[in-house]
Amino acid sequence: MNNKVQNNRAWLLVLPMLVLVAFSAIIPLMTVVNYSVQDVLGPNASFFTGTEWFRTMLNDPALHAAFGRQVAFSLIILAIQVPLGIGIALLMPKKGWQASAVLILITLPLLIPWNVVGSIWQIFTRNDIGLMGWSLSELGLDYNLTRNAGDAWFTIILMDVWHWTPLVAMLCYSGLRSIPEAYYQAARIDRASKWAVFRYIQLPKLTNVLVIAVLLRFMHSFMIYAEPFVLTGGGPGSSTTFLSQSLTTMAIGQQDLGPSAAFSIIYFLVILLVSWVFYTTIMHMQKDKNSQGGA
Amino acid sequence: MAYQIENTQQGEKYNTIFSKVPAAERRKRNSRSRLRKRILLSTYIVLLMLPIYWLLNMSLQTNSEILGSMTLWPQNLTFDNYIGIFTDSSWYMGYVNSILYVVMNMIITMLVALPAAYAFSRYKFIGDKHLFFWLLTNLMAPPAVFLLPYFQLYYSVGLFDTHIAVALAHCLFNIPLAIWILEGFMSSVPKEIDETAYIDGYSFPKFFVKIFIPMISSGIGVVLFFLFMFSWVELLLARTLTSTDAQPIGMIMTRTSTASGIDWGTLAAAGMLTIIPGILVVYFVRNHIAKGFALGRT
Repeated sequence: MNNKVQNNRAWLLVLPMLVLVAFSAIIPLMTVVNYSVQDVLGPNASFFTGTEWFRTMLNDPALHAAFGRQVAFSLIILAIQVPLGIGIALLMPKKGWQASAVLILITLPLLIPWNVVGSIWQIFTRNDIGLMGWSLSELGLDYNLTRNAGDAWFTIILMDVWHWTPLVAMLCYSGLRSIPEAYYQAARIDRASKWAVFRYIQLPKLTNVLVIAVLLRFMHSFMIYAEPFVLTGGGPGSSTTFLSQSLTTMAIGQQDLGPSAAFSIIYFLVILLVSWVFYTTIMHMQKDKNSQGGA
Repeated sequence: MAYQIENTQQGEKYNTIFSKVPAAERRKRNSRSRLRKRILLSTYIVLLMLPIYWLLNMSLQTNSEILGSMTLWPQNLTFDNYIGIFTDSSWYMGYVNSILYVVMNMIITMLVALPAAYAFSRYKFIGDKHLFFWLLTNLMAPPAVFLLPYFQLYYSVGLFDTHIAVALAHCLFNIPLAIWILEGFMSSVPKEIDETAYIDGYSFPKFFVKIFIPMISSGIGVVLFFLFMFSWVELLLARTLTSTDAQPIGMIMTRTSTASGIDWGTLAAAGMLTIIPGILVVYFVRNHIAKGFALGRT
């Protein structure tokens, strides 16, 4: 909206939110920063180490590998899920009970707790009692999660596509629903092809919801923890160990407070940087189009 | 509805005037493309349902049958797994706990997000853009980063292992999300509505509750769905902040793996039951979702 009123008393409306978010975001973050520059030896014994932990972390080859895997994973699933989600949204019925039924069925995977998703796929891919694992074995394929890194990757990507494509589809669906019928009529008068309708009517309308979808998907895939942890435990070897898991192993398993705090901050900054670049690019694109920026 | 029918008739009229293809041929093409759409969509949904079907299938079998051989459907149907969950308080309390903190989180988030989103959508104030982006950054904070500080923070204020602790922790990502979506919906309501209400003598709170909230009800529906979803499925924080009294169901399910192997039947039944509350929520907001998340973001 371009005609907002300047009114600093609006802060009063934001205040309760600010207090809550501060409690759940700022205080913990300060704690993390504190740890990252100290060596904690006991409850009351710690000394200042400065940037030493950060240096250690940035030079850790295991982390480099985890980071590379994480980036690859996020890019792969975005490349699969976004087009697939748009495609499914285009197929979905427009109204009536069928629309409701399809919507409910499609959102099912989104409503399952994340570690249960891991369990489901753990069962589903077992060679002896799981439908998918069994079918693949019957077809004579050598499919083994715990032995082949390739199979583990394939399964995790498949699982994520299964789990999250519905979110993209749902957002796109609601975006498509907001297009007035008149646009389609106009296209029909111009004898526009199906592709032209998609390219010049549907896709521009979808940009805004796609921003939300891509941002959410990027963030969640970059923080993925429970599903691979349950399914493969990060194995075989460390081929499916992503950043969150390395971090939790360090912080809880080994009690390395300093390094893991430093790692947390680096991790957070990376996500922030990518999202910020993405966000500002989109905002500028919207400004260029002279449309009112939604978010 | 009448408007819709009129529309399609009009579309047909345009077609008759502007299209080179004869009407009968066009109808045939239309029905063929519709059939193709149906088949593609059905295929996707069937594939989507397969893992869930497998879970259902296992939840209706005894453990010996599950591990015994590969069966596509239960050979001798049993509801023991479900009965076991419903008769054991340590199991069904897990669902109660999860639902409790999710509902608390929804209420808290809505109470603070509605006014804040209104402020963002209607006023310019010092630092508003920065504040908005800072909010979004919280959405990007990996829960894994906050595990330890959360544990210490809630422990020191005496909230550890309470429902409210999890509800507050989930505010970290739910409040920003709610404000982000609500702001878009609110911006699509013309400002003149607010002004008219003030002229008519409404006070701000009265206007907000009586007029404004009903106007963005579909937005609120969509937001509630998202809040429910992200709070219901998040386990990393919920697991860290609880130990016995407020354990979420996802955590209790890990008890099924014991030294003697995994109790697959109970695990599958518990998993099936975790889907049900979500189905109810989707059912209630389905029309709002379709009405347009993209409202105001055009």
